[in-house]
Amino acid sequence: MSLSLLHIAVLVPFLFAVIIPVLGRMLRGIHIGWLVLPAPIALFVYFLTCIGNVQRGELIQESIPWIPSLNVDFTVYLDGLSLLFALLISGIGSLVVLYSIFYLEKDEEALGPFYVYLLLFMGAMLGVVLSDNVIVLYGFWELTSLTSFLLIAFWNKRERSLYGALKSMLITVLGGLAMLAGFVLLYVMTGTFSIRDLIAGAGDIADHALFLPSMLLILLGAFTKSAQFPFHIWLPDAMEAPTPVSAYLHSATMVKAGIYLVARFSPLYAGEELWFWLVAGCGLTTLAYASYRAIKQTDLKGMLAFSTISQLGLIMSLLGLGSAAAFYNGGAESLIYTKATMAAMLHLVNHAVFKGMLFMMVGIVDHETGTRDIRKLGGLMRLMPITFTVALIGTFSMAGLPPFGGFLSKEMFFTAMLNITKLELLNMQTLGVLFPIIAWLASICTFVYCMLLLFRTFTGRGNVSNLHRKPHEAPFGMLASPIMLAALAVVFGLFPNILSYTIIEPAMAAIHPSMLAEGAKFRVSIDFWHGWTMEIYMTIGVIAIGALLYKLQSRTVLLNRPLFTAPSLNGMYNAGLRMMDKGSNRMTRTYMTGSLRHYVIYIFVFLLVAVGMTLSKQSGIIFDFSAFAPMSLYEGIILAGMIAAVIAIPFSQSRMLSILLTGTAGYLVTLFFVIFRAPDLALTQMIVETVSVALFLLCFYHLPKLKKEDAKPRFKAVNLLVALGVGTVMTVVALAASSDRPFEPIANYFIEESYHLAGGKNIVNVILVDFRGFDTMLEIVVLCIASFAIYSLIKLKLPGEETDSSALIKRSLLAQGLWSEPRSNDVILKTVAKPAIFIILLFSIYLFFAGHNNPGGGFIGGLMTSAALVLMAMAFGLDTFARLIPINFRVFTAIGISIAFLTGMGSFLFDVPFLTHTFGHFDLPLLGSIELATATLFDLGVYINVVGITMTIITTIGRDR
Amino acid sequence: MEFYMALAIGVLFTAGVYLILSKSLLRIILGTSLLTHGVHMLLLTMSKLKTGAAPLLGEKADAYIDPVPQALILTSIVISFGVTSLFLVLAYKAYQKLKTDNMEELRGEEHE
Repeated sequence: MSLSLLHIAVLVPFLFAVIIPVLGRMLRGIHIGWLVLPAPIALFVYFLTCIGNVQRGELIQESIPWIPSLNVDFTVYLDGLSLLFALLISGIGSLVVLYSIFYLEKDEEALGPFYVYLLLFMGAMLGVVLSDNVIVLYGFWELTSLTSFLLIAFWNKRERSLYGALKSMLITVLGGLAMLAGFVLLYVMTGTFSIRDLIAGAGDIADHALFLPSMLLILLGAFTKSAQFPFHIWLPDAMEAPTPVSAYLHSATMVKAGIYLVARFSPLYAGEELWFWLVAGCGLTTLAYASYRAIKQTDLKGMLAFSTISQLGLIMSLLGLGSAAAFYNGGAESLIYTKATMAAMLHLVNHAVFKGMLFMMVGIVDHETGTRDIRKLGGLMRLMPITFTVALIGTFSMAGLPPFGGFLSKEMFFTAMLNITKLELLNMQTLGVLFPIIAWLASICTFVYCMLLLFRTFTGRGNVSNLHRKPHEAPFGMLASPIMLAALAVVFGLFPNILSYTIIEPAMAAIHPSMLAEGAKFRVSIDFWHGWTMEIYMTIGVIAIGALLYKLQSRTVLLNRPLFTAPSLNGMYNAGLRMMDKGSNRMTRTYMTGSLRHYVIYIFVFLLVAVGMTLSKQSGIIFDFSAFAPMSLYEGIILAGMIAAVIAIPFSQSRMLSILLTGTAGYLVTLFFVIFRAPDLALTQMIVETVSVALFLLCFYHLPKLKKEDAKPRFKAVNLLVALGVGTVMTVVALAASSDRPFEPIANYFIEESYHLAGGKNIVNVILVDFRGFDTMLEIVVLCIASFAIYSLIKLKLPGEETDSSALIKRSLLAQGLWSEPRSNDVILKTVAKPAIFIILLFSIYLFFAGHNNPGGGFIGGLMTSAALVLMAMAFGLDTFARLIPINFRVFTAIGISIAFLTGMGSFLFDVPFLTHTFGHFDLPLLGSIELATATLFDLGVYINVVGITMTIITTIGRDR
Repeated sequence: MEFYMALAIGVLFTAGVYLILSKSLLRIILGTSLLTHGVHMLLLTMSKLKTGAAPLLGEKADAYIDPVPQALILTSIVISFGVTSLFLVLAYKAYQKLKTDNMEELRGEEHE
């Protein structure tokens, strides 16, 4: 249940990824790579120590609950298969980091991001191979795609890098999503996300209708990731990445995630005929196709890319053949076919070794000569003898020549291919003969491109003088990693059983769990020499024909030119991408018209449909008019007046009339607040309406005259239809809501507890400042933002605006007159205003203090005070006003918010939640018994804030010229 | 009374939406004001009308009217004042800058 060492192993690279940029900045003198290097080395050592346990069958499984309600747990699980991959990831990772320190110049490259991506990838990849929960596995899987994208696009100024990055991302993420769908289908069938549980119940779901779809989806994920035909097209373009990345992600580890997935799910799907055909068939096709394509490459990395694709196909096909073991339930017959799995695991290691070394070798050649073009290279053997030796070991191992590791796995590959012809199922008696033939032909191609790679680069006359710089041997640091790998290739070739007992056996046990009795293990023993068998004749044939073809290569069109160009897979990808781009653009443009009116119509129509549907589906909506309140004649007249005013607004052709009619509607709404016993609302609405009309008139001069809506009848008809629809739905909602009460209103709680809990008799005010104080607090923040937005909108002068609006200034000078130049009738206004302002101010203060028990409160008091100040500004002009009351109202607003906020914070002193109010009754001299509540202090904040906001808005707009 | 209020609400919403869909910026702003009134009336009507005294405990009545919608509406009135002011300034600033208050002429660019 706790964080285990294995969990930490997955998290270490992520931890490093966080620390490294900080450390790198502190230690500028050091190449960041040195700081990164300890992480993979420590991981490698840790995984080495796990070998013993795993060999004895003591598997590690640790779980941390993550989203238990969705059955998603961060469970790590280490068995033979996971261990094999974990060792590859950390081992090759260490060597690649070491190599990259010398490959990437300290001062020229963005090393921080590079190593962060690399560490993220390492962690994600470990997560993929160690996760037991498929959802977690999926998350890590996509993270590997993402980091791969970032690393391919590392030189993000290059067009090709971006193209390659996007391509790999699109293809692998597409596969990842398919895989996720497959996982979900598995969950639907079994109810578990755990791979262990899925495998334990393997036989139970074989007949389920979703079994095959889930298999196909998961295979799609595996094939795209492992670049199997026809999804391989992303891998050659991924070679735009820095060479250490190509060596690590795009040959040794990430592309093998697909292999891992197939191996991991083999126990579940093996025995399914389609699984055999797809995995073996797709692998074999990829092997043959890519090895043939590799011959024609002129770029060294391109050659290695196709070589990687073809080798991945080889391993994939071996896994497919290995699944044939499941057709027999145990026994000697099935053991024959598990040989294929053994070959797959062995070749997995061999491939990582020789391909890693070859990529590093190509990196060195590129680094030293400045080119990777095979046509420009040659004769490097004399100049770079160590690099040549490395290349020799790597290519010979890849070509399957003794005494290197590749020879052994190639022999075993032939054995597996020959064995499968003996299978008595699936028409193998007739079709089976194709398997060894294709495998043999592909091996010939492999031999040819290996020789091309080696000899075209290092032998021949070589026109070294044409190169940009004179090449010489690479520094030792750069050679260290490939030399170590070369040594491994030799050691694994001569002493293969180092691998077989420690890693291969447990990995096979993980892939074929049902083959073994409890506690038993596979006996794997790899021999170098089997005697004069069919396999050895095949190898000799490969060498003989391969050597001949190598000689013919430069003269045979079939071997050095693209076969056909027109309907290529890449062309299809490009065209498809273009079409989707255009198509989605066209589709978007049909509704994203740029017209706000259209968007508003979408919103209203949605409202109409959503509310209408809900109302019609909801059973139990009753229109019960019996409990409705009676209406007096007086109320009827007000209602009719309001309706008339509202209906008149759309027909009004003048600004003034429209504003006044809207104001009329607002004042009549105030009357309804009075009728419906809402004194607070009536007071608020009255003041707001007054200030609003003043505001409208202030802005009046800035806005153009209303034009007659010169719209087409269709435009108006649509508007009217939408408007009528919304109106009708709202009428129905009002009727339904007021006639039926499916549940008790919460009102009673507030009515009963208002005085008891909060010491206030004005329930509305108590709700605002106490029960729902936090809402109010946020509300004044919103208001504050609005007022500041208005302030900045008006004060903001964009460059060049000054001259643009010179004509407008003239017009707005008229508006200015409203404020600065007193007119004759102002005398009356001034005289009346003086006492009026005084009375209103006093009344506003009364309203504020009365608020807790009687109508009033911070909002109303604040608005009333603002009304008095607005009157003052109107009567005496803004300049006089600013002289009389030299307050910066924006600061005032901030003070208000601070008071409200600090009142809320005060609760913390008493260890109670934010904004918990208290109250008490105190006897004060002169004033007598008075009730003091912290809510009043909060309300004071609201009061000050509202005054500040209102006055900021009015004075800013009033001063705008 | 509720029935007639429901009708009035329908009228307020219809006029509000119709104005919001028109071309002139000023009409749109007035439309939002009407829509706000409509919502306020709807909230009040939902809680049933005239079922008790004003929600002031000093009234010492047997029944009080539902205070919750009133608290909601009070908040809404003040907020909509702020929003309307912002709209107004936005509208006339846009007019000053772009020389038009016609929404059809204020459409976005082709590729936005």
